[in-house]
Amino acid sequence: MNTLLAICVGVLYSAAIYLILRRSIVKLVIGLVLLSNASNLLIFTASGLTREAPPLIPEGEPMPAIVADPLAQALILTAIVIGFGVLAFAVVLIRRAYEVVEADDMDQMKGTDT
Amino acid sequence: MSTNTLIVLPLLIPLLAAALCLASWRSVLAQRLISLVAVLGLLAAAVALVHGIWQDGIAVLHLGNWKAPYGIVLVADLLGAIMVLLAAITATAIALYSLGSLERAPEQFGYYPLMHLLIAGVCGAFLTGDIFNLYVWFEVMLVASFALLILGGERAQMEGAIKYVTLNLVSSALFLAAIGLLYGLTGTLNMADLAVKLADHQDNPMVEVVAGLFLVAFGIKAGVFPLFFWLPASYHTPRIAVSSLFAGLLTKVGVYALFRTFSLMFPLDEFVLRPVLLAMAGATMLVGVLGAAAQFEFRRILPFHIISQIGYMVMALALFTPLALIGGIFYIIHHIIVKSNLFLVAGLTYRLGGSYELKALGGLYKRAPWLAVVFLIPALSLSGLPPLSGFFGKFILIRAGVDAGSWVLVTVALIVGLLTLYSMTKIWAEVFWKPAPSEADPGVPPPGSLMILPVAMLCVLTVAIGIGAEPVYRLSERTAAQLLDPSGYINAVLGDQP
Repeated sequence: MNTLLAICVGVLYSAAIYLILRRSIVKLVIGLVLLSNASNLLIFTASGLTREAPPLIPEGEPMPAIVADPLAQALILTAIVIGFGVLAFAVVLIRRAYEVVEADDMDQMKGTDT
Repeated sequence: MSTNTLIVLPLLIPLLAAALCLASWRSVLAQRLISLVAVLGLLAAAVALVHGIWQDGIAVLHLGNWKAPYGIVLVADLLGAIMVLLAAITATAIALYSLGSLERAPEQFGYYPLMHLLIAGVCGAFLTGDIFNLYVWFEVMLVASFALLILGGERAQMEGAIKYVTLNLVSSALFLAAIGLLYGLTGTLNMADLAVKLADHQDNPMVEVVAGLFLVAFGIKAGVFPLFFWLPASYHTPRIAVSSLFAGLLTKVGVYALFRTFSLMFPLDEFVLRPVLLAMAGATMLVGVLGAAAQFEFRRILPFHIISQIGYMVMALALFTPLALIGGIFYIIHHIIVKSNLFLVAGLTYRLGGSYELKALGGLYKRAPWLAVVFLIPALSLSGLPPLSGFFGKFILIRAGVDAGSWVLVTVALIVGLLTLYSMTKIWAEVFWKPAPSEADPGVPPPGSLMILPVAMLCVLTVAIGIGAEPVYRLSERTAAQLLDPSGYINAVLGDQP
């Protein structure tokens, strides 16, 4: 499972970087989505996959030997929420940029570079 | 109020101000009043915080009374407190300048709440003791800065914002990946606890990978070579008050994060990444100043100088000797004040000359000699002329470089100082000295007293740091000592654990 997820993370990262390097701003945003999801999946994998008990322990009972780590999932949840907010902004931004520049092409947006 | 609870004020005040400003969305006057009260309150809280920590040592607040390393902690050591104070000074200056300079439109579309959110994000990043919490504050700051950057909706702003947003999101993703790997490695997110646990993992090559990811992520935020390209593409596009706020604070959060990670979690003494940092420092200084030399627009020259100045701070970190860190902290104190001020001066120049293009400006020395004075103080300080603040920062750093035997870096630092002076004299000659190219009316209202007041205030501070260099040196000295010996930080956070 670890290997599978590791490959999955790698594929997501490479797809994200490929899309970010494209000239189209729509593909750029899709690339950013994949990038944040790749990072989330990386946290999930790196913090250890457990198939045993969920981290819910009734009061008074001893802790089972192996429980899933809830913190990693809390981190991912936070990161997903932040990523979603930022994505919403990015989508509005490319829409406005498209309206102003009238092209879905980064090469038309070099006015501020030099 | 004890120092420990005081830590929460620099977060609460801007967040509360942002909420109140949003609540009074329709009344610009109310938003202005709230902003003014909030930045002054923040300034007072920051002064009290620095004073308290100077007296009593590192302050820690366990949020919700969850003991570290399980809960999130807010930690204020001297570095964090000084950065908060500098943020408060910048915020006060920018708020005054905004009151005097902004048109109706940005004020009506949420400029003030966004400004307060940005400040909250910046202060949060300086005060948190939890690495994931640092990521969250980074995002708070970023989202606010995205919106501030495109406030106005001009084409250049959109183009700049796309690059700014993309590269900063890439940096955030790398930061997040590094946090994930670090958590997998050590099982903790508390920075003090990480410092303890990482000491047991020194042979693990994964530590170097994680440190490398942090270096790239924070390097993008700080704008070091070769990761700075978002900065000159976007910083000159928004309103000048926004540019100035960004110039003073945003890249310095990246620098702060570099200082924090590479002194606490990955001490640089014997670390493999140190030569990389040294090379980055030299290249950043040189490329930044050469970029500035090639520009002939006031607002485009200044962002390149931010980059070259970041090089000095990274140099201080990379040398990692006590004297170098003292110099680095002195430099950060000097830089934030001077850099925001130069952007504000560019705004004043625009109001008097009607343009940011050096070719179209001229004759301002005759028309407004006071402007020449307030330009010259930060400009000469940036170039490092005595007795202004920049001289002492550069002097300590170069002395540290000589002591460490890094002759190449010292030479680069000196050449860059000279080229900075060239760049500033270029502005001086074009804007002030040469006769005005046309006698036509600039077509913009002249600056009001609310725009001039913050510039004068920051000028006085620049001179004061230069003349009163010794107290600032002492402050930097104690801050550097805290950075070099992280055991104080660790003990303050984790209590009396081994």
